[in-house]
Amino acid sequence: MNDRIADIWGERTPHSKGTVWPARVDLRLDDGVNEADVDRWVQSACVLCSNGCGCDIAVKDGKMIGVRGRASDTVNHGRLGPKGLYGSTPWASSPDRLTRPMVREHGQLVETDWDTAMGRIVEVSKRLLDENGPLTHGFYTSGQLFIEEYYTLGVIGKAGLGTPHMDGNTRLCTATSAASFKESFGADGQPGSYTDIEHCDAIFLYGHNMPETQTVLWARILDRTRGEDPPRIVCVDPRRTPVAEEADRTDGVHLAPRIGTNLALMNGLTRELFVNGWVDDDWVQAHTIGVDDLRSTVESYTPEKVAEICGVDADDVRRAARIFGESDNILSTVLQGFYQSHQATAASVAVHNLHLLRGMIGRPGAGVLQMNGQPTAQNNRECGADGDLPGFRNWGNPQHVQQLADLWNVDPLTIPHWAPPTNAMQLFNYAESGSIELLWVSATNPAVSMPESARIRKILSGPQCFVIVQDLFMTETAELADVVLPAAGWGEKTGTFTNVNRTVHLSEQAVEPPGEARSDLEIFLMYARAMGFTDQDGAALPSWSTPEETFDAWREATRGRPVDYTGLSYDKLRGPSGIPWPVNEQAPTGTDRLYTDFLFPTDTDVCETYGHDLLTGGTVTETEHRAMAPAGRAFLKGADYTPAHELPSEDYPLLYTTGRTVYQFHTRTKTGRSRSLHRAAPDAWVELSTEDAGRLGISEGDVVRVESPRGAIEVKARVGQVMPGAVFAPFHYGSWDLADVAPGDQHRQANELTMTVWDPVSKQPYFKTAACRVTKIADAVGPSPAPTTAASAPAEAAASQVPATAGGDPTSSVLVPTPHYVNDPSQMSEES
Amino acid sequence: MPHLSTYVALADRSEQTLAESLRAIGEGHANIADVFHMTGTLAKMSDQHREQLAPVVARYGEDDDVDEPERLHAAGLAEARDGEIGLLRDLQDLHVLATLVKTTWTVIAQGAQGLRDRELLDVSQAAMAQTDRQIRWFETRLKAAAPQALIVTPKPAAK
Ligand code: SF4
Repeated sequence: MNDRIADIWGERTPHSKGTVWPARVDLRLDDGVNEADVDRWVQSACVLCSNGCGCDIAVKDGKMIGVRGRASDTVNHGRLGPKGLYGSTPWASSPDRLTRPMVREHGQLVETDWDTAMGRIVEVSKRLLDENGPLTHGFYTSGQLFIEEYYTLGVIGKAGLGTPHMDGNTRLCTATSAASFKESFGADGQPGSYTDIEHCDAIFLYGHNMPETQTVLWARILDRTRGEDPPRIVCVDPRRTPVAEEADRTDGVHLAPRIGTNLALMNGLTRELFVNGWVDDDWVQAHTIGVDDLRSTVESYTPEKVAEICGVDADDVRRAARIFGESDNILSTVLQGFYQSHQATAASVAVHNLHLLRGMIGRPGAGVLQMNGQPTAQNNRECGADGDLPGFRNWGNPQHVQQLADLWNVDPLTIPHWAPPTNAMQLFNYAESGSIELLWVSATNPAVSMPESARIRKILSGPQCFVIVQDLFMTETAELADVVLPAAGWGEKTGTFTNVNRTVHLSEQAVEPPGEARSDLEIFLMYARAMGFTDQDGAALPSWSTPEETFDAWREATRGRPVDYTGLSYDKLRGPSGIPWPVNEQAPTGTDRLYTDFLFPTDTDVCETYGHDLLTGGTVTETEHRAMAPAGRAFLKGADYTPAHELPSEDYPLLYTTGRTVYQFHTRTKTGRSRSLHRAAPDAWVELSTEDAGRLGISEGDVVRVESPRGAIEVKARVGQVMPGAVFAPFHYGSWDLADVAPGDQHRQANELTMTVWDPVSKQPYFKTAACRVTKIADAVGPSPAPTTAASAPAEAAASQVPATAGGDPTSSVLVPTPHYVNDPSQMSEES
Repeated sequence: MPHLSTYVALADRSEQTLAESLRAIGEGHANIADVFHMTGTLAKMSDQHREQLAPVVARYGEDDDVDEPERLHAAGLAEARDGEIGLLRDLQDLHVLATLVKTTWTVIAQGAQGLRDRELLDVSQAAMAQTDRQIRWFETRLKAAAPQALIVTPKPAAK
């Protein structure tokens, strides 16, 4: 029986390059239940990170009591990680679930029935529409709903109401991923595949602490680095993460650039490709635009200059560039260390540039994975609930807008397309100034997860805006709402979602939701019907009612677009494995990787955007785009490094950065209600380097105050592995599980310190660049609660005083014969 | 070349005016985070143009005695207007200032061609391209701000 708190990635199943990743089935059931006792297994996939591991939900007596990995699923080959195993089901039967709608009466939230709650929403909504029109309405959603729910919300917002004020918290986690794809390749869509891991010779992880964010994917990499002919690992991260350790083991490189200097480093790596003749000139000539501009942009970034800006060793820059320049097949992955840091889009685009300069794309082992944080973030982007138009359509292209108008049978003028959709940060600005007067928040907790959280709480609680919150629990955000709607969660409703490498899964309803809770789809449709939205012929809009009908409608919306779902159906998704899009007549079993023909969706009539100035976010016009005649070639785009907006000063001498731990997800709504996960990471902490701790007289476990110009937290210190000059705080910890503490009165919420500043292109907030100071306020009474198993491990000197994190409930792992995976290149070569 | 030196002086002065105005508008709309930060970034572009122009100014000598282009000198924006409508108007004014800067560089680039003054040509062409980026941002931001500012009447956000 395995303790997967202590052993995060499970036992190794090493294998050599070019061979299939072996299958293994991981399983956890509640205490005292055996596999034989389970009444039913219900097909699904895990929603506790973006990896999308296929799993079956165990049901007994109408209750979800555990999960089992699906060996036949192409994503995880049967494995599950600690969050999936321990966190997937316990929350559902938690006694504090919301079970009835609530409305605010005389300042207090009181329980009521659906008619009253929805009646109140409709009354306000209709009044605002009459007074000032649809721009008074804003929707802030999530990266956790299903395709059916996003698409329905998108249609209500765009065709029913006609408001551009619609975004998801995906803005906080993956907006840069989408934006960088659009800038380089013309449209969103993950070029690479997880199967690249089996075929590459080097893996570059940029600001991506994969061992903690996507544990099963990291296990897949470890099975290569511990096998024969392993890939070399290059790690770009200011902390000494397990990725950095693996870089040492594989003769790779760990680059720890100063916070906020990623782009300078990327420009340095790019320059090395040019000066060492590692550029595939013929390929670049045939398939890209912009090489001359890029060359001159990066020209001045010598390794020495990069060393000075980033605080890294110039020779390490050369070594990393050499690995990129000389390996046959390279996989790059990117995450929050880039997305939530200064010059996010430009730095992420630079990763594409490196691949394009070497023609390193579109074949097994040569790929890019711009990761997502949340399980269904991809669908938010695809379906248009983040403000983009559904199906990766271009809001600046009248034909694309007309296609949607035809599909929905509405006047194209209803569909807001006069300007870029309103991003989350702007949405809250409008709610603050009172021009958005109705804000509908679904399945997300901005009172904890947005930057400058004190300001966000003030906006949500103020009288200027009517706030509706729809969630599983009374979150910190729900407490401030005017109407609270109880939602059904994963396993309590049916729907589909797509993971980071385009693999679509069906998640079936396993149990009934508690009390009067309803699925987000039902709630959105209830609103649409009550508002009486109709199309041009007076038919109900949206026209569908069930999840499957919604999926079929969505499928039509993708016809002819890069994100093509037309070959998919619920029936097909009930098969052995999730299926990666595009799925259509040409690719009936799905598509493992994009751009194998080196044809990119950049044509002016096809592309999702005409592009932006990476420094300012200024938009390129259609005419300018046409003049460049991209015709399927990818864009090489560069930008100069500029210093971050907030640099350390005398008052605030340290750089503050936020992040996550392997045992928690988001604001712990689900993971915090799992016994094993909660015990492993029960409370907030802050990490300091040995040098800074020594200078400030701080030892392991001391209580410290961390202050920025915007706020402060008081938490225990871990003397750990972060680079000198930097301070790291996990962002998961709000107030919901603290007795008698109101939001704002607790002292551990990392986003009290972060600043409201965002990337000019992707509009993703920069959670990772702020200045702070740290002072000790009390002596330690024991070690800090930071886990010891991954990047938050104590520095070597302190390691012996801190007990190792362990004690997860038992799970099992069983090796099984490796099945045939339809699109897996390692099995195709076996066959031929 | 009295007129060229006048124009060089004009370029220097209008870049200065643009940079100062950008900073004033940024401070005035400090609650709108992207405006605050981006105006700072764009102001630095104008600072940089002046630095690059400095050696040329030294060569030609700064001469702003000539009357005619003097009338072209636009007044800067000393402070920002209030609210979302105010932001729209401020962006429009910045657009006007930047357009003056751009045409000034256009004129200078033509003169530099005639004189085969490569240094001045490089400086003016690089500055012109950057001014385009400034203008593009004003347009992008205007478009984004306009519908909400024009259609929805903001109420004061009182607690
Ligand atoms: S890696 Fe992600 S999707 Fe897979 S089990 Fe863990 S949390 Fe779930």
